[in-house]
Amino acid sequence: MSALPMESPVARPVGDVLVSLTDVVKHFPIKSSALGRSGKEVVHAVDGVTLEIRQGETLGLVGETGCGKSTLARCVTRLFDITSGKIEFEGNDISKLNRKAMRPFRRDIQMIFQDPYGSLNPRRRVGSIIGDPLAIHGISSGVERKRAVQETMELVGLNPEHFNRFPAEFSGGQRQRIGVARALVLRPKLIVCDEPVSALDVSIQAQIINLLDDLQDELGLTYLFIAHDLSVVRHVSDRVAVMYLGQIIEEAPGAGLYNRSRHPYSRALLSAVPVPDPASARTRERIILVGDVPSPIDPPHGCRFHPRCPKAAQQCVDEEPQLIPRFNDPSDHIARCHFPVADGEDLAHAKPTLAAAERIVPEPGALDTGSTT
Amino acid sequence: MSLTTQVESYMPLLEVDDLSVSFNTPDGIVKAVRHVSFSVEAGKTLGIVGESGSGKSVSTQTIMGLTRGATITGQARFEGTDLFSLKPKALQAVRGPQIAMIFQDPLSSLHPFYKVGWQIVEMIRAHDKSFSKASARTRAIELLALVGIPQPARRVDDYPHQFSGGMRQRAMIAMAMALNPKLLIADEPTTALDVTVQAQVLEVMAKLQQEFGTAIIMITHDLGVIADIADNVVVMYAGRTVEKAGQEELFYRNHHPYTEGLLLSLPGYGDDRERLRPIQGQPPSLINLPTGCSYHPRCPYVMDVCLTQEPPLREIPAADPHVSACWLPTDPAERLRERERLIERTTGSFHRAGGAA
Repeated sequence: MSALPMESPVARPVGDVLVSLTDVVKHFPIKSSALGRSGKEVVHAVDGVTLEIRQGETLGLVGETGCGKSTLARCVTRLFDITSGKIEFEGNDISKLNRKAMRPFRRDIQMIFQDPYGSLNPRRRVGSIIGDPLAIHGISSGVERKRAVQETMELVGLNPEHFNRFPAEFSGGQRQRIGVARALVLRPKLIVCDEPVSALDVSIQAQIINLLDDLQDELGLTYLFIAHDLSVVRHVSDRVAVMYLGQIIEEAPGAGLYNRSRHPYSRALLSAVPVPDPASARTRERIILVGDVPSPIDPPHGCRFHPRCPKAAQQCVDEEPQLIPRFNDPSDHIARCHFPVADGEDLAHAKPTLAAAERIVPEPGALDTGSTT
Repeated sequence: MSLTTQVESYMPLLEVDDLSVSFNTPDGIVKAVRHVSFSVEAGKTLGIVGESGSGKSVSTQTIMGLTRGATITGQARFEGTDLFSLKPKALQAVRGPQIAMIFQDPLSSLHPFYKVGWQIVEMIRAHDKSFSKASARTRAIELLALVGIPQPARRVDDYPHQFSGGMRQRAMIAMAMALNPKLLIADEPTTALDVTVQAQVLEVMAKLQQEFGTAIIMITHDLGVIADIADNVVVMYAGRTVEKAGQEELFYRNHHPYTEGLLLSLPGYGDDRERLRPIQGQPPSLINLPTGCSYHPRCPYVMDVCLTQEPPLREIPAADPHVSACWLPTDPAERLRERERLIERTTGSFHRAGGAA
């Protein structure tokens, strides 16, 4: 379905497929409880994701809270076992490997976490935190390990002399550099970045993004970059995939997605991003979605976005749309929508043809009448 | 300053004058807010921007009397009355009915054991004894409808955990608006929310402001939110106001290098993947502030005078009031020349690692 050709125009030279996901599913069972739920219900966290990440590129993954993007990241790094589907790394199926068989691959797949406070043990010295992966994989020891750690510290812009300090002695931005150093010390091929800059102040955020950029150029790294901040994702990514309720609903090269998004959800998501420019903030089209994301325990039939979609029609309830190119888009721009948004279409005033019973409808009079006493 | 002479012709709703707040800690005195002045007019939105530790939350919490144990100097006049001199009971009559506040985390602001409707009813009846339980409940349902909660008559009996994050924040806004306050202080109200939900919440706030003429103080680190809703903007750094201007003036003709740095460090929206230009270094410790201008260790235009003398807020020639605490020339053309000269001098002395202090 998403066998993408290689000639997509991207900034960096891009190599072979490094990671490929085929129909990856991750369901979490809900335990029966005093509330009387049956044990058969599951949370559909990731529901059939097919993706490819190529050597040397950055794939951005965006979506709202609860769309399954972090779960997907943890499936790729095999922190979660997947329910079904296949994950291949350099052509080897790693989805069913046990702990021991997985270990050689762990050297090549590392992760950077969101919270620079929670992800570092406060009682351990920075040098030993960064050196941990080396210890676990039994690589080098003593002076040699210390040198490897200090080299990596220098690489991420930390002072190597701070080897013996504790995490508490560093600021948020520098802690995040420690997290990057720990991920880098084994010189992995793929780094999964799960919201790496969300917890940082704006001025520090830019420092870390530049650092990740430089490291990619120097070491030829491949990133799976997850964030909810769309302007950050736009900046770092060669290709961007949008997730909604466990599925990828659109995937395209950065410029294609941001300038010509086809799925009404992508369009709404992009239009909701506040732009730091008063003039364009006043003029741009804004699509305010109604309601909240439905429960992933019982996702809607057909297209999962139909209860909130401004273009929903009966077909959207009956038939699940495929993830394929729409209109005359190049084959690397794919969207999961029966009624894709055309260039220049005004979505803010679109009227769904679907009967109201199937949709989330704003309360009549809410906001508009403003009853007061 | 000329504040006293202007009072007769122009009386803002809230006027904060030379506010300083410090805390005694075992490590030393934390100077959280230093000599901050700002004012809000009825029906307008004042944005306060700054990074963590810039004092933006502390200054508004102090106005609301929420900073216990702090040393406070200065004044905060609400409709002419100094809030710091009020007795607890008199303050109670202002806090809630006149000035309401919403916080970043709506889950910890709502009590998990009580129904959302009950909490709104309680709030109404605590301040206005003329409401019966039944009429307060009717009012609570109206308020929930007003902020766009679907099926408010049913949801009024839900517990907070049955609400989504965006609904909880809207419930908090409903509660804050229950007594029709003149001023709403919103402390990072959308930071914990997704962008689509943030857009919903901001829209609700804008509509309420239009309808009731409520003044809003919006505290945020997100310049995008400021571009959306603020009329005037205060930029704070290390406890001080570094720049204060009308919204467009601040975005397009800013004077202070920190304001410029904040805007430059944002990833451009929709443009190419050119390198980001971060502000070098880290925000300073509030216990041990740098000498002179507290921004000087990070400033690309740093001059000798910046190391020794703290710049006062000076008027910048503009249509609307615009002040900036920077030693760079206030005349736009002269400033531009000076900046270029200073940048030329420092080119090459900053590099990527920068932050490792």
